[in-house]
Amino acid sequence: MSCALSYAYYPGCSSTGTSVEYDMSSRAICAALDIKLSDVPDWSCCGSTPAHTVDHTLSSALSARNLSQVASMGLTAAVTPCPSCLSNLRTAQHRMKNDSFRQKVSKLLDRPADITVETKSVLQILVEDCGVDRIRAKVTRPLTGLTVAAYYGCIMNRPAEIMNFDDREHPMAMDNIMAALGATVVPFPLKVECCGASFGIPRRDVVMRLSGKLLDTAKEMGAMALVTACPLCQMNLDMRQEQINSANGSQHHMPIFYFTQLMGLAFGLSEKELGIDKLCVNPRTVIDALGMEGQPL
Amino acid sequence: MNVINITSSCNSDFVSQVEEESGQKLSLCYQCGKCTAGCPYTTEYDIPVSQIMRLIQAGQKELVLKSKSLWLCATCESCTARCPNKIDVARIMDVLRHMARREGYSGVKTVKTFWDSFLNSVQKNGRVFEVGLLANYISHTGRFWTDMGLGPRMLPKGKIHLKPSAMQGREEVAKIFSRYTQESSK
Repeated sequence: MSCALSYAYYPGCSSTGTSVEYDMSSRAICAALDIKLSDVPDWSCCGSTPAHTVDHTLSSALSARNLSQVASMGLTAAVTPCPSCLSNLRTAQHRMKNDSFRQKVSKLLDRPADITVETKSVLQILVEDCGVDRIRAKVTRPLTGLTVAAYYGCIMNRPAEIMNFDDREHPMAMDNIMAALGATVVPFPLKVECCGASFGIPRRDVVMRLSGKLLDTAKEMGAMALVTACPLCQMNLDMRQEQINSANGSQHHMPIFYFTQLMGLAFGLSEKELGIDKLCVNPRTVIDALGMEGQPL
Repeated sequence: MNVINITSSCNSDFVSQVEEESGQKLSLCYQCGKCTAGCPYTTEYDIPVSQIMRLIQAGQKELVLKSKSLWLCATCESCTARCPNKIDVARIMDVLRHMARREGYSGVKTVKTFWDSFLNSVQKNGRVFEVGLLANYISHTGRFWTDMGLGPRMLPKGKIHLKPSAMQGREEVAKIFSRYTQESSK
């Protein structure tokens, strides 16, 4: 056992609602792996995509407030499950290395911006700090018989110089974790293609086309389920799967798991604490095929 | 094909402004088209991203800033990841949106309204309150049917809240927005 890992935890807005199961399962598997997560006190929204489309100083200030909250905990390592939050926090931290930009950001804040905090994704600390071997050692119910496609979304690894994690075109972090859990991972050529992002409300047709293509391809590659690491991707593929089917004339019934949920199942954690019942596309048949015990959803 | 008289219409200030705000050197673009080839949104664009790059080089401010493409870019970073000359194309698209806003252009109104509603929600609550955001968006667009069908499925799962989350520092967040408004009007 390596030394104890400890991080400030920034859940992000979606974790309180539409991606509550990602938050639940991230906390559960980190606890199982002896990774300590301490919630950032009174965290606020990172501004997500809308903020950076309006102004980079505003966007960085919204992130900087949270980085200061982390610094006030006496910590310099923060972690978030959400790639969009991560992208904003890391971009702010990267740009604020420039003194004049940092001063502009500080003008919008109550306290001067902090530049000591480094943020990583839950996925990144799991493969880089914890390690796949430690994950494999924790498996009590291998996911033998489950064939998945790992879908990373577009910004977990990009832009490469800011995200500094895995490969920008062909990431393998989730593929390796899934293989360590005993699942079969199919090659998935669209692993970093955009799902339609936040256009679900203003331009749903775009999400229907892009997310539809992801589901079609995953099915063609032989996947029984897709595994994701992003609340927005998961929402487009899961919550909107019925809309996609009626828009495209498809008949998908493909469960869309967070990778943390599958880790939890393989660790023998209960479906309840992993929020399996929060998924829109019912994963019952896929889970039952693993021969696992579970309550009906 | 559109023919543009560059001699009479080139706005060189525009070129240097984009370069300054984005920190990117536009002359590095040699029109290979790789950004457009990988752009998931290009079928929705009125001007493909590689042509946006060429039009900036040619100082075509109005043509660029009124383009719908700026508002349909999701910052998926494919263009940036694949540019052989390491131009951060997505950052240029972001900066163009900033400029378009300042000049009063909004190529795709529903997208701009959605982003504005999102930020209003953050300004008011410190965090995004999804139901409030949707109500704000609907009141500004009149699109009453937006995702109505999803409510009955999501509510029982506890994934939608009818009240914003209680956050103590919401005043602090609101001040970020008011200071930003003050600073940008200087």
